[in-house]
Amino acid sequence: MQILGLYNYWIFIVLMMCGFYVVISRGNLVKKLVGLNIFQTSVFILYISMGKIIGGTAPILTETATVYSNPVPHVLILTAIVVGIATTALGLALVVRINEAYGTIEEDEIHAQSEDEAL
Amino acid sequence: MTEHLPALQVVIPLMAAPLCALLRPGRIAWMLAMTACTLCLLIAALLLERVLAEGVISYAMGNWPAPWGIEYRIDTVNAYMLLLVTMIGAVVMAFARPTLEQRAHLSKRKQPWFYTTYLLCLTGLLGMIITGDAFNVFVFLEISSLSSYVLISIGRDRRALTAAYQYLIMGTIGATFILIGIGFLYVMTGTLNMLDLAARLPAVADTRTVRAAFAFLTIGISLKLALFPLHLWLPNAYAYAPSAVTAFLAATATKVAIYVMLRFFFTIFGAQFSFETMGLDAILLPLALAGIFSASVVAIFQTNVKRMLAYSSVAQIGYMILGISLVSVTGLTATISHLFNHALMKGTLFMALGCVSYQIGAVRLDRLAGIGRTMPWTMGAFVIGGLSLIGVPLTAGFVSKWLLILGALERGWWPVALLVLLTSLLAVIYIWRVVEVAYFRPAPEDRKIGEAPLVLLIPTWTLALANLYFGLDTSLNAGVARLAAQSLLGVTQ
Amino acid sequence: MNPEALLLLALFIPLLSALFIAANDAHPNRRELATLLASLLLLGVVLSLLPVVASGARPTVDLFEFASGLPLRLSVEPLGMLFAAVAALLWPLNSLYSIGYMRGNQEQHQTRFYVCFAIAIASAIGIAFSGNLLTLFIFYETLTLSTYPLVTHKGNADAMRAGRLYLGILIGTSIGLLLLAIIWTGLIAGTLEFTPGGILAGKMEGPTVAILLALYMFGIGKAALMPFHRWLPAAMVAPTPVSALLHAVAVVKAGVFTVMKVVVYVFGIDFLAVTGASQWLIWVAALTLLLASIVALTKDNLKARLAYSTVSQLSYVVLGAALATSMGVIGGSMQIVMHAMGKITLFFCAGAIYTAAHKTEISQLDGLGRVMPFTFGAFLIGALSIIGLPPLGGSWSKWYLLMGAADTGQLVMIAVLIISSLLNVAYLLPIVGRGFFAPTPAHDPDTAHHPDPHPASTADNQHATAGSPPPDGNRIHEAPLACVVPLCLTAFGCVLLFFYADPLYELLATIVRTTP
Repeated sequence: MQILGLYNYWIFIVLMMCGFYVVISRGNLVKKLVGLNIFQTSVFILYISMGKIIGGTAPILTETATVYSNPVPHVLILTAIVVGIATTALGLALVVRINEAYGTIEEDEIHAQSEDEAL
Repeated sequence: MTEHLPALQVVIPLMAAPLCALLRPGRIAWMLAMTACTLCLLIAALLLERVLAEGVISYAMGNWPAPWGIEYRIDTVNAYMLLLVTMIGAVVMAFARPTLEQRAHLSKRKQPWFYTTYLLCLTGLLGMIITGDAFNVFVFLEISSLSSYVLISIGRDRRALTAAYQYLIMGTIGATFILIGIGFLYVMTGTLNMLDLAARLPAVADTRTVRAAFAFLTIGISLKLALFPLHLWLPNAYAYAPSAVTAFLAATATKVAIYVMLRFFFTIFGAQFSFETMGLDAILLPLALAGIFSASVVAIFQTNVKRMLAYSSVAQIGYMILGISLVSVTGLTATISHLFNHALMKGTLFMALGCVSYQIGAVRLDRLAGIGRTMPWTMGAFVIGGLSLIGVPLTAGFVSKWLLILGALERGWWPVALLVLLTSLLAVIYIWRVVEVAYFRPAPEDRKIGEAPLVLLIPTWTLALANLYFGLDTSLNAGVARLAAQSLLGVTQ
Repeated sequence: MNPEALLLLALFIPLLSALFIAANDAHPNRRELATLLASLLLLGVVLSLLPVVASGARPTVDLFEFASGLPLRLSVEPLGMLFAAVAALLWPLNSLYSIGYMRGNQEQHQTRFYVCFAIAIASAIGIAFSGNLLTLFIFYETLTLSTYPLVTHKGNADAMRAGRLYLGILIGTSIGLLLLAIIWTGLIAGTLEFTPGGILAGKMEGPTVAILLALYMFGIGKAALMPFHRWLPAAMVAPTPVSALLHAVAVVKAGVFTVMKVVVYVFGIDFLAVTGASQWLIWVAALTLLLASIVALTKDNLKARLAYSTVSQLSYVVLGAALATSMGVIGGSMQIVMHAMGKITLFFCAGAIYTAAHKTEISQLDGLGRVMPFTFGAFLIGALSIIGLPPLGGSWSKWYLLMGAADTGQLVMIAVLIISSLLNVAYLLPIVGRGFFAPTPAHDPDTAHHPDPHPASTADNQHATAGSPPPDGNRIHEAPLACVVPLCLTAFGCVLLFFYADPLYELLATIVRTTP
């Protein structure tokens, strides 16, 4: 029961592993970034769910509510989301430049071209 | 005014960065950036002086008291690191301008953006050092990382792009691991302030969450500091980045990551938890030795000198980790001392190489033939840096080598001491390969090159002479380093 | 002037002269005058320290703190005084000779040569006057590095290979073994100061003493103990004044001096004698002594033969130290001086022969003694001194070493010393014999095809380059005066040392006597 009750953490783990796997296994540079995004998003979920308190409301002072969710992790993760977006944007920009320079965004083809250069 | 120095340390480069982007032409932007860097250096020196005289400085950012607000907390360790980073930052900034303007490497329009990114990177590094807040470390880490990806991708070679991309992927994974680790710590303690964390963690230390946090942080930071075998991003990134960027990153970025490692292991988790409960030294020691040995051997076989030095950096990081794994005041002093000394020697070496590539446009070993005669000053600086890397007496490198061996012998670790010495002989081999090509092979007949311009030589020699100076006067890189080590281990004098 | 100031002056005179020489790249005369003046000045300074030390004073100067409680310290004691005096005495002679040789052979990069030479001398002085192991190590390494450009002076592939070996062995042993030994010593003894009677006695025991001693002995690569002797013959590619510097003035002398210093002031001879930790070293030294002599016999290249002779002669010093008796130490220390004077004479002669006749092989020397009588006469004196025959200085050191061996009852060692002397005779005297008594070859087959391009200018033959050697033996004269004068002086020095060995003995006896 406890295991199921922590389903949000299970989602975090599954997403994290999925994202990580995509980053490692894909040779396509854009797909790698997609994987990286999933990986980062999973952490967002971790932070968001750790701030949630069952029965708590949004942290706004009202007379009816006595239990509030913890706002700090949510605020923290806003920062992390911004960072994630910046990373994705930069990553995609690099992919565009790589495509211009190599004419491909497949890792093994780029690798082959680089090998030629090294010789 | 002086009580706001901790904030200014970060705010000055942060504010100067967007201003640089607005200024035209590049030279004006450079002047602003240079001013900002110099101010940072000045502030860092003042801070170190104050810390040594008066003890820890605590600064509540935005006047929100700790542990709720973000605290900037400066003790001996980070005051020392601030000085190191700002010093390298200023010297390399002086070096950067001519290398960018040369052969239209960056168009006039783009040059100010370089300074912007550089200052942002500096901001991130300084922020990581100065802050007393665990999450803040992550934020500044990402600021410095994102800007360093951009800086690397500026490299002339198209492989710089793939190197930057590779670094981006690895770096982001590392940073995300750190983020997860910090999250777990927050779950268990409800605080992000480092001191507060340190106070509350022992109560919950024996939980799976804290141990998982420890693991995530270890891996994440190790990725950022390029601990063997997580170093794969480093050689390409250093080899294809512009010379100035390589000099800057090699001398600062990995050092700051090691500083973060020290902070987390010693200040937050405490040496007892990290090393006795979790047995971290048993992991770090073999990795450090393997890193030192394998990277040194690989360095010997490189044909690209920049890449060779990049591998040498991986090996040198191994020495620093080795010092940590000794878990003693002497060992830690060796690490902290080597942070500084290695920054000096690698800064010198990469800047000397920058002078070479400025003149001949390449850093392949065979293209360096005969430059010992045509570029005597540049190669002179290279030789000094190389000797320091080897650890010859009267150079800064000797100081750290001495401390490291002393630390190993104190623990009675004979084979380790012997290995450290043997691997420094590997450094002799790879440095001397360059020296022999530069001094003994005749220069090609058709090449008409002279010495690098003075604007490049001055910063290069500044660091080269610093190598010699800090080999003689060790009050900073051994004296203060020892104080820092003592404060990390909680040992009172 | 007070002795402390003299001490600093001794270190800084050569360093400042290096700066001055570097600044006068374009003025050879001024540059060489500076070298000569500095060397004479240094000699004066070092000699004026001599009575101070002889009277028992130990002037000490701390340069700065390397780490807390670990200063860079200069301090004079008799052994170091002796080594400094050797270096200071031979520097002016070597400078004079260098000027003759370098000009005579029209060598390149002469400024670099003089600068590095001056730095090497400064390092040697630093080693001689070092007050603790750290200081000694630092100057030991600067000596290695400053002599590297000298060894590779010619800048060709041979020089590069020699330089590789030179640096590889010297840096390898010093960083790999010596540094380890020093740090270990510091850890055990809690100090790195050179203290009469040693600092290790009572702090360690058993086989670890022998291990530490081995780290030191093999770590001091400059002492050329086999199997770390290869750099010395390899370094023969360097110009002859450099070989003289390596073999007589500074480098190998720094090595054996360090050996002596470590044995006397770090271990203490009593401690070694009690623990017997140096027994193995006696055998290694004896082996090196004999093997190197035998190898020397097989060499036809004059400088290579002299190089192996040096390897062998150095082992006399190591042997003296390993015997761990006062006579052994005195004999070994004396050998530093005697060998320096004898070997520099031999190298000066070899260089003079090369400058005047461009001969490098012993088999080419037939009859040359009759045209170069001074050179060959000096060679004879030097050789006899090396062999250890009276009335030459070398006989004293051999004598004391024999006494030392007798003291310990090492009859085998007495035999080794005698055999070695016979070997010395066998490889040194035939050189002189060829020079004086072998018939002059009718004409040189190598140069028979090249008629003299400048038949009128016989005076120019002294400045002949390798490309146009003198056509036959009749044209060969003595080497330039700047070469011949120093070698006559050093040969005379060998004789002088025989008659004035007593003050040396007195000086050295104090280091053994102060042993508590």
